[in-house]
Order: sequence, then structure tokens, then C-alpha cells
Amino acid sequence: MRDMTYLEAIRESMSQVMRKDEDVFIMGEDIGIYGGAFGLTNGMIEEFGPERVRNTPISEAAISGCAVGAAMTGMRPILEIQFSDFVMIAMDNIVNQAAKMRYMFGGKAKVPVVVRLPGGSGAGFAAQHSQSLEAWMTHVPGLKVVQPSNAYDAKGLMKAAIKDDNPVLFYEHKLLYNIKGEVPEEDYEIPLGVADIKKEGTDITIIATAIMVNRALEAAAELEKEGISVEVIDPRTLVPLDTETIFQSVKKTSRVLVVYEAVKRGGYGAEIASMIAESEVFDYLDAPIKRLGGVPTPIPYNPELEKAAVPQVNDIIQECRKLMNK
Amino acid sequence: MSNLIKIKNSSFSPEKLKTMLYDMMVIRSFEETLKKLYQQGKIHGTMHLCIGQEATAVGACVPLTKEDKITSTHRGHGHSIAKGTDVKKMMAELLGKETGYCKGKGGSMHIADLDIGNLGANGIVAAGLPLGTGAALTSKMKDLGYVVLCFFGDGASNEGAFHESLNLASVWKLPVIFFCENNLYGMSGWIKEMTNIENIADRGAAYGIQSETINGNEILKVVEATERAVERARNGEGPSLIEAHTYRWEGHSRSDARKYRTRDEEKEWKKQRDPIALFKEQLIEENIITEEEFIELGNRVQAEMDEAVEFAESSKAPDLETLTTDIYA
Repeated sequence: MRDMTYLEAIRESMSQVMRKDEDVFIMGEDIGIYGGAFGLTNGMIEEFGPERVRNTPISEAAISGCAVGAAMTGMRPILEIQFSDFVMIAMDNIVNQAAKMRYMFGGKAKVPVVVRLPGGSGAGFAAQHSQSLEAWMTHVPGLKVVQPSNAYDAKGLMKAAIKDDNPVLFYEHKLLYNIKGEVPEEDYEIPLGVADIKKEGTDITIIATAIMVNRALEAAAELEKEGISVEVIDPRTLVPLDTETIFQSVKKTSRVLVVYEAVKRGGYGAEIASMIAESEVFDYLDAPIKRLGGVPTPIPYNPELEKAAVPQVNDIIQECRKLMNK
Repeated sequence: MSNLIKIKNSSFSPEKLKTMLYDMMVIRSFEETLKKLYQQGKIHGTMHLCIGQEATAVGACVPLTKEDKITSTHRGHGHSIAKGTDVKKMMAELLGKETGYCKGKGGSMHIADLDIGNLGANGIVAAGLPLGTGAALTSKMKDLGYVVLCFFGDGASNEGAFHESLNLASVWKLPVIFFCENNLYGMSGWIKEMTNIENIADRGAAYGIQSETINGNEILKVVEATERAVERARNGEGPSLIEAHTYRWEGHSRSDARKYRTRDEEKEWKKQRDPIALFKEQLIEENIITEEEFIELGNRVQAEMDEAVEFAESSKAPDLETLTTDIYA
């Protein structure tokens, strides 16, 4: 199988769907000749032309509403929000319009729009270009939230997101863009709501999202040398969430660490932790559920400070050791 | 009367002209009926009545076909009726019944009827403009030939979404008509205190959009302006901005004591510029309709409204099990 980057995998997924389905098109700021802020759409305008690779003015309020209006009238737009931080300017269209339209119109409207959101820290972009705000979206009924952690998943999940008849927020992590993985050439789909066990283990379950999956796997390899066997689960989609895979793992290991880059306070890790605590697998726990999340601070510019703001491999190792001693 | 468009110059049959009058009367009667039902405690929440603005709703929809689309505002009952929405189902929605347009989940501010191109009322000021722009993009990309008319108020013209949508629609030459019902007040905000320009239509120039200001209480002027805009849109000449001056007789919503304006001002609009009275007078003057026929129309409207109330009141409330249905497709 070929190796390809996370970024190329997303591009390939969109391109394959666009070749088959005339209703799918992409729009966003600088996605044309420029190829997008991260180069993800490089070459797409040459293949699909400016009608379907639609370069927009810098107008998040209008382009997000425009994507929703197009979706409710029969198109399947994919909107790129250049940096996920800019989604706040588009929030009315996502939260008040896209998410609610089906419900408040008595089930008659469908809003098949995908919003691509490059997020996360570690690239030196500082506080207004580095946030992880996916938990906000999970709080809104009507939205689906996807967070792929590798190239293979990114391609398959993008296909499912485009096919979905609901608004899907597709969170991409900037630090994952250039990481390569095996990706089949054919067009395949990973259903939304199916978690993946990235590594099997017996002592601790780590539930991690996005770049934290890679860090958890690195930590697991280190801990293995100390005789601690870690199972790493990647939910892949926060809404819908595959609780069953998580519960089965907790039954097996009896210890849980939830790792996510977003600020720990009010983050989605709290939701996962509570869900376990409220479920029947609570009785299997041998230690309190632990969360490891971002420090409650805007993302700083200085590289050492930036690293300190979100969980790193060593932080995960430390937490796991502590958890084993409980 | 001298300023009114002469009917003999218009292209409409007497039947069509009577239908326009009838539709305006239905809107007014619908709103007055709601007021009564609200006072009787049969409708909860709030509502935004459009009494006094019947000519903009009906006039703007006359040049539209069933395939054309509208987006509406929180003051949207008139727009829905003008686009052909079923009055019975709308009444049922306002009473929160399962036979309503939104199965009792949307209420006044969320009436939509996608089958006839009504993309929905909207509780968020200016939100319909980018949505309508997107619907127009679909029309252009799929070559469907329909146009989209976005109703909005003077208050919405100060929102960022208004400016961004006009710009986007203009650079993409989309078949969309931005139709401003300038009723002088954004909730309690008087237009002279909220904008520093004479006409909202002047803002179109900033985006290279053909714009005009019209008297929104003369239905034939509204029809004419919208016809021009529809023609431009169908010819691929892009968006238009129409500003129609009108007035809402009631307050912003049911809780509004109207302290921000004078009763003299209200009286003047009601006595001198009632869009229904103006049109009726014109139709009588030109022998399209008689006083008796007008009374007969009024009786028909009343019967339609009685039937709508009866339908709504006798409909079932939604089952509690439907609370969490239709969140996802």
C-alpha cells in the first residue's frame, strides 16, 4: 500500500468524491490557485475548475451561510474555514442555522455540509490561530463532530462526512498534516461513530483524540518497557460517540486516562469521563478516572511555553505511572 | 392617488389584481386573528405581526414562480402567505400542534415550506441573506433557473451578514434579490439613530449592485420593482437591492408598549398609507372591483380564517416521544 500524508489523504478523499458526485464542491478563502493556507487543495482548481473549487472573499459570516443555503437546496458543499479559530465569525450559521434547521422545520430540511477546520497548537501561530474548540460544537444538538488522527482515518472519515445528510464539523490537526501513513488508493468509507483501538493493552485505557493519539502511542511504547500495558482508543468522532468500544476496554483494563489537547476545563474529556462514571463499567474501575488536557491559558507564542500548554508524551507517561500506583 | 401606477397600464388581469388584494387581506386577517388568540391565551411565546406591511410581502412575491425561493425574517407570516404557504398549517404551527408546518416544534419564527420555495422564517436578524445567497448559488451551479428573494428589515442592514452577502452575491453574479422592508424601526431602534444615510438602497452602490428605493405601501410599485430585479436575475445580471418604505402598525412583538414613537405617527400611516385601503380605492376607481365585491372578499377571508382556527384547535398536540426526533437526518 502507498504511504501518503494526512493532508494528501483528505485532498484525495474530496477529489474522489467530487469526480463521482457533481453536487459536491469546495469553497473557502484562498483555496484556488493558492491551494489553501496549508496547501491542502493544491491542484484541485486545475482539475475541477473555479466553479467547484470556489475561492471566496474573506467573509466567514457570508460563506458559511452560503454553504448552508446551498446545502439545504440540493448541493453538498465542503467549506474550508482557514483556521478553526475563525469559525466564531461563522458561528451563527453553524449553530443557529445548520444545526437546528431540520428540527425546527419539522424534519423537512437536510443540511449536508462539511465544515473543514484546521486546528490545534504546536506550529507557532499563537493564541488566535491555535485553539482546540471542538467541545463547543459537541454541545450543540444537530451537529456531528469528527477528529481524525491519521491519514487512513482522515480519508475514510471525510468520505463519510461528505455522504452524511447532516452538518459535519471536520477537525484537522495542523501537526498531523505532514505525517504519512498507509492509505489505500480506492475510495473507502469509515462510518461516523466507530472508534478504533490503535493499540491493544491490558493495564490502562487511554482515550485520546487527534495529535494526542500519536503522543499516547509513543507514551505506550515507553511504558511497555516498564511493564505497563496500555490500550489506546481513538474515538475518531466525538458526535456520534462509540461508547461501546470504550466501555469494553475499561472492563478489560480497569484504569482510564483521557487525553486531549483542548483546555482541560469544560473539554470533551470531561464528557467521556462522566459517561464512564455513570455507566455500568464504573464497578470495574480500580482507580479514579483521570483527565489530561490543556492548561487553561490562551496558546502562547514562545515554543517552550507553547509545548507546556498542552499534553506532551512525558506528561502522558507520568500520568500513567501515577495511575498504576493508585 | 395621482402618484399611483395606473392599473390600465399594468399587465395584470382583473382576476389577478383581485387575488393580490385578497392575499393582502388574508395576511391582515391572519395577524389580527393571532392577536386575538394570543389575548385569549391560546398562543404562547411571542409573535411579530406584520399588519401594515402587506403590500411588500404580496407585491414582492407576485413576480416569483413556485420554483423561486424566499428567505424570511422573524416577521414572516406575511411572506409565507404571499409565497403560498397553507394558512391552516401555519395556524396549527402557531398553536403548537402536530399538524403544523414544523410539527409544533418551530413556532412563529421558524415556518418553512421547502416544497414551495419558502426556505424559512428566521429568528436571527440578517441570517436569511447568506442562506438565500447560498440557495442562489445552487440555482446557478445546477442551472436551475430559479431566483431567490431575501426579505430583511432596516435593522438587518447594519449586520455584517448583510454586507458580506451583498458582496459575495455581487462578485459571483448570483440570481438573488435583497428586499429590504424598511419599516423605520429595528425593534425600538429608529432608523435615523441607527444609520447615518438617507436610503438603505444607497448601500448597494458599495457592492456594485443595482438598487432602488420605492414606496412599499403601493403594491404595484413593489411588483414593478421586483419584476425588474427578477428579470435581471434571470438574465444572469446578478443581484439587486430593493428598499421598500413601509410601516408596522403593531409593536415589535407582543410585549412592546411602543414608547419610542408617537401615536400621531402611527395614525398618519394607518389613515393615509394603509396599503390595503390604497389598493382597494384604486381598484374601485378603475372599476375593477365594487364595494360589494370588497365586502364579499372580506367574508371569504373571514371564512378561511375561521376554518384555519378550527383546524388548528382541533388538531392534536405532538406526542412527547417526538421531542428528540428529526435532530439528525
